[in-house]
Amino acid sequence: MLSINNLSVAFKTRKGEVNAVRGISLNVAKGETLGIVGESGSGKSVTSYALMRILDAGGEIRTGDVTYSGIDLRAASEKDMRDIRGREISMIFQNPRAALNPIRRVGHQIEDVLIRHAQATRQDAKEKAIAALKAVKINDAAARYDAYPFELSGGMCQRIVIAIALACKPRLLIADEPTTGLDITTQKAVMDLVGDLAKARGMGMILITHDLGLASQYCDRIVVMKDGLIVEEDVPAQLFTNPQHAYTRKLVDATPRLGASLRTLLPPEARRPEPKLRVQSNPLLEVRDLVKTYPGKSGPVQAVKGISFDINAGQSLGLVGESGSGKSTTSEMIVRLQDPSSGNIIFDRQDIAATPSARFMRHPMRRDIQMVFQDATDSLNPRGTAAAAIAEPLARIDGMRGSKLSARVAELAELVGLPQPLLSRFPHQLSGGQKARVGIARAIALEPKLLILDEPTAALDVSIQAIVLNLLVDLRAQMGMSYLFVSHDLNVVRLLCDEVLVMKQGDIVDRGPTAQVMDTPSHPYTRALIEAAPQPPKSVAA
Amino acid sequence: MADMTAPETPRAPAHQGDTTLGHIAYVLRDNPVTLLAFAMLAFFLGCAVFGPALVPYDPLATHAARALEAPSWDHWFGTDNLGRDVFSRVIVATRLDLTISVAAVALSFALGSVLGSIAGYWGGWLDAVLNRCLDTIMAFPLFVLAMGVVAALGNTVENIIYATAIINIPFYARLVRAEVNIRRHAGFAQAAKLAGNSDLRVLAVHIFPNALPPMMVQVSLNLGWAILNAAGLSFIGLGVRPPTPEWGIMVAEGANFIVSGEWWLALFPGLWLMLAVFTFNLLGDGLRDIVDPRKRT
Amino acid sequence: MSPRAKMILGRVAQAIPVILGVVVISFVLTRALPGDPAAYFAGPAADAESIAEIREALGLDKPLLQQFFYYVGDLARGELGTSLTTGQTVLADLAARLPASLELTLVALLLSCAIAIPLGVLAATRPGTWVDHLCRVLVTAGVSMPTFFTGIVLIYVFYYLTGLAPSPLGRLDFIYLSPPHVTGFYLIDAAVAGDFETWFGALKQLILPATTLALFTLAPIARMTRAAMLSALSSDFIRTARAAGLGSRKVLYGYAFRNALLPVVTTLGMVFSFTLGANVLVEKVFAWPGIGSYAVEALVVSDYAAVQGFVLAMALLFVVLNLIIDIAYALIDPRIGLN
Repeated sequence: MLSINNLSVAFKTRKGEVNAVRGISLNVAKGETLGIVGESGSGKSVTSYALMRILDAGGEIRTGDVTYSGIDLRAASEKDMRDIRGREISMIFQNPRAALNPIRRVGHQIEDVLIRHAQATRQDAKEKAIAALKAVKINDAAARYDAYPFELSGGMCQRIVIAIALACKPRLLIADEPTTGLDITTQKAVMDLVGDLAKARGMGMILITHDLGLASQYCDRIVVMKDGLIVEEDVPAQLFTNPQHAYTRKLVDATPRLGASLRTLLPPEARRPEPKLRVQSNPLLEVRDLVKTYPGKSGPVQAVKGISFDINAGQSLGLVGESGSGKSTTSEMIVRLQDPSSGNIIFDRQDIAATPSARFMRHPMRRDIQMVFQDATDSLNPRGTAAAAIAEPLARIDGMRGSKLSARVAELAELVGLPQPLLSRFPHQLSGGQKARVGIARAIALEPKLLILDEPTAALDVSIQAIVLNLLVDLRAQMGMSYLFVSHDLNVVRLLCDEVLVMKQGDIVDRGPTAQVMDTPSHPYTRALIEAAPQPPKSVAA
Repeated sequence: MADMTAPETPRAPAHQGDTTLGHIAYVLRDNPVTLLAFAMLAFFLGCAVFGPALVPYDPLATHAARALEAPSWDHWFGTDNLGRDVFSRVIVATRLDLTISVAAVALSFALGSVLGSIAGYWGGWLDAVLNRCLDTIMAFPLFVLAMGVVAALGNTVENIIYATAIINIPFYARLVRAEVNIRRHAGFAQAAKLAGNSDLRVLAVHIFPNALPPMMVQVSLNLGWAILNAAGLSFIGLGVRPPTPEWGIMVAEGANFIVSGEWWLALFPGLWLMLAVFTFNLLGDGLRDIVDPRKRT
Repeated sequence: MSPRAKMILGRVAQAIPVILGVVVISFVLTRALPGDPAAYFAGPAADAESIAEIREALGLDKPLLQQFFYYVGDLARGELGTSLTTGQTVLADLAARLPASLELTLVALLLSCAIAIPLGVLAATRPGTWVDHLCRVLVTAGVSMPTFFTGIVLIYVFYYLTGLAPSPLGRLDFIYLSPPHVTGFYLIDAAVAGDFETWFGALKQLILPATTLALFTLAPIARMTRAAMLSALSSDFIRTARAAGLGSRKVLYGYAFRNALLPVVTTLGMVFSFTLGANVLVEKVFAWPGIGSYAVEALVVSDYAAVQGFVLAMALLFVVLNLIIDIAYALIDPRIGLN
């Protein structure tokens, strides 16, 4: 139905031309779901924008043919393209809330498309828009018709985006990272919906994603892209069990999955023996009846509802939950960036919650509890170098100066595998993985006893994530630190944590040793989370 | 959109476009108007510093025999009703006009930064009180407020500076407040707290410097505006008094002769005033391009 | 109560401390004016005794705080005092002159919006091209021109050199009679009276000062339009609309422009304040009988009741206008009051 032949796309930038896509060919048959998988910068999204001819300014198709049902999309006039977009080929995007016009009722946004493609008249547009809402399984569709995007949840917004895309019953749907930023249970609901609709309507689909696991679950066939080229193309099972290209193999290895260990995420040549970890039986941190209440519009909102747990010295505890579960609030209270409304945080037999967070920087235990932040870019001062970031806690808390300080910074950089020349660079001159290393080096500079890791790999590509996770386990063994690992990704928690807590709406709903909680989940919510996580086929490469 | 960004390879620092200087060079090449603005700024600064020493005539010396002469080789911009050389007066006035605007903007920058930082970082009732105070200042048409302040405090250059500073404070305070507020919970501010910095230090050392680039744009635009303001006050007879050469007064005095055809009295000081303001406005634009992160791909 | 109604009420409540602040500032400013109003009232022939008498009659011998309460009391009764120079009550003076200023300001703003908004859209749809640069240089040149200077140049060119414009003295040439008072806006009053000769006469007088003001206000409106359009056009929802095949007109005007309009509306409030301030200078240049020229005359002779009345009127006008803009904003933008 769709065939792309030798497509290449270039962007004009100030550093000259960048070839985002360098001669790729692929086909999508009627009713088939094709996955395009790649890490950031692989050119996977650009490919789809190019075939829809909605490239950003400066982007241009250089060579190749795109043929859809016998129509040459590259040669088609802009007017013809507008008829094709939304009518024959539709697209859904990541970040669904931003993808909707914020000041137009969602029902009207669907009507705009229906009327544009003559699928509805002014008279029956509303009826048909509501039918489109029903088709994406929105409850109470007639009431939602009048809603504005900001009144709806992220998952609901994505359903609206899908309703817009499918309103005119196109024959090909391009889904560009449709679930990035959504919670894992919402992700499953959205993907199931799209999959079912595609099957029911015999619609072809291109699923663009960075998540090999997700692609393998929903696609008939997968192409793997790297640096603007297709490196491999196969059915999912084959791709996982017998990857041909070295890059695919690396990607398959690095995808966290059942049965994998931390070391097997790395390419074989980088695998060293697993470090020996010692967990002691004395508690380092005891959290008791911790409550956080925020003033809300309609009365106070309890973000954390009186939770209690322990972390033993040397232990790694996973804190799992979806957005709004209170896991970030909990970690911020423990690291003393926020004050709890009530409850105790007993660290090394001392209640540190008694010292207000505004004064905690002078507390002798400040050095013992540190944190690695979720977004490495955001956590580095744009106006400071990598060395300055790492040196900050040493200079402020230890009063270290001069050559001693720079020697220690160099030592820390070495420890986290950051090449020395990069120390003088500013954050915008570093890659995501390098910024993550700087953040880790800063957090361990004072040799804390407890390190809080707030989704430290959420923004990273999977191959970088594998390296960072391995670095974290090595550091833990080397320095005897305890971890509180906050994450939404169960597959990652399984790899890194001895015990796990599952939080939902401010409460701990499930807890226990990681293997036990994950393999034989007792709580229905835990089970739902585990089932929602995409599970790639077992690979033989491991 | 993730695919539009640079690939996961670090950019080599050796690359020209990555350094700040390289970036400035790129912006200037891309936008010759900004280059022109920098050149004009240099010209006006030169006039302010060396002007009084270089002009051909004493700006205050009257010469009744040569009153109201049209521009000629002797008097490039002509002479006024008292026979004073308009060119000399225009050039000499540069120093006074620039001094007023720079002093006023520096004052409002400093005060606005402190107020805005505090309100933006701590929020709460401090923020509410500051906002109401700024609203009150902004409730007056600002030129009218400046008029009132100068009239009440007295007709002196210092009072023009204070009046101009007062009406500019809300712009800085609001800008800094917004810039600080969005970074208050940024990861790097949190990390600085974990590294043992007090709130005040986090604010002063880590957050405030990040608000400086947009502030510089505001400073540049405000400099132009402050000149206009001071000249406007002089025009209606508040502030600088004759016979001191000042662009606003010169336009006001020249206006009386426009209807009898002696256009040069008002035109040249007005033109100079306009060029100076134009320079600062263009400069503000250029600075915006330089600091705007969206241009820094 | 709906969140939106709550937001509007909250906004009205916010205006109250501002109005109080305005009252205080106007009082303090005018008391600080140089000169002794009692001496002025008493006239040049008065002796010290009669000046003291008048001072007592005016309440000027009381402590400042007490004077302030008298002042607030007068305000509450709607009394703004009597102007020293015109001999009329300040309220009557303002009522007679305000329409002239408002007519000038509003016509200037309309003119400015009519030019600046299309210009901003034009520049935003062609960023980085010569059209964009030209728009930028033009509007920047406009905002760089001191209004009093622009006015003088326009007078020189269109009145002195070419004679296209009538003499720059007031709202209506002396050959016309002012139209019967309905709104005080000559353009409206003349149209109501069906007197189109006077209407054209009033328009001719209005063109130069309105153009002067409009030139000055082009820049903020055009730039905000451009910036808001650029940011709207690069939003994700525009890509969604394009990917759904919506026509370019619908995308540009139906989706991008409507979103861009919100920040532009906010800017208009700011620009209105600028224009009112600039009005003072323009009115002086064109001998326009508005409240700006009234204030300048009053300031020169320390006519404190008139200055006070003027400052108050300006500030209240602006507070009310901003309130209207905020409420309009709340009605346009569904998100207001809910997040």
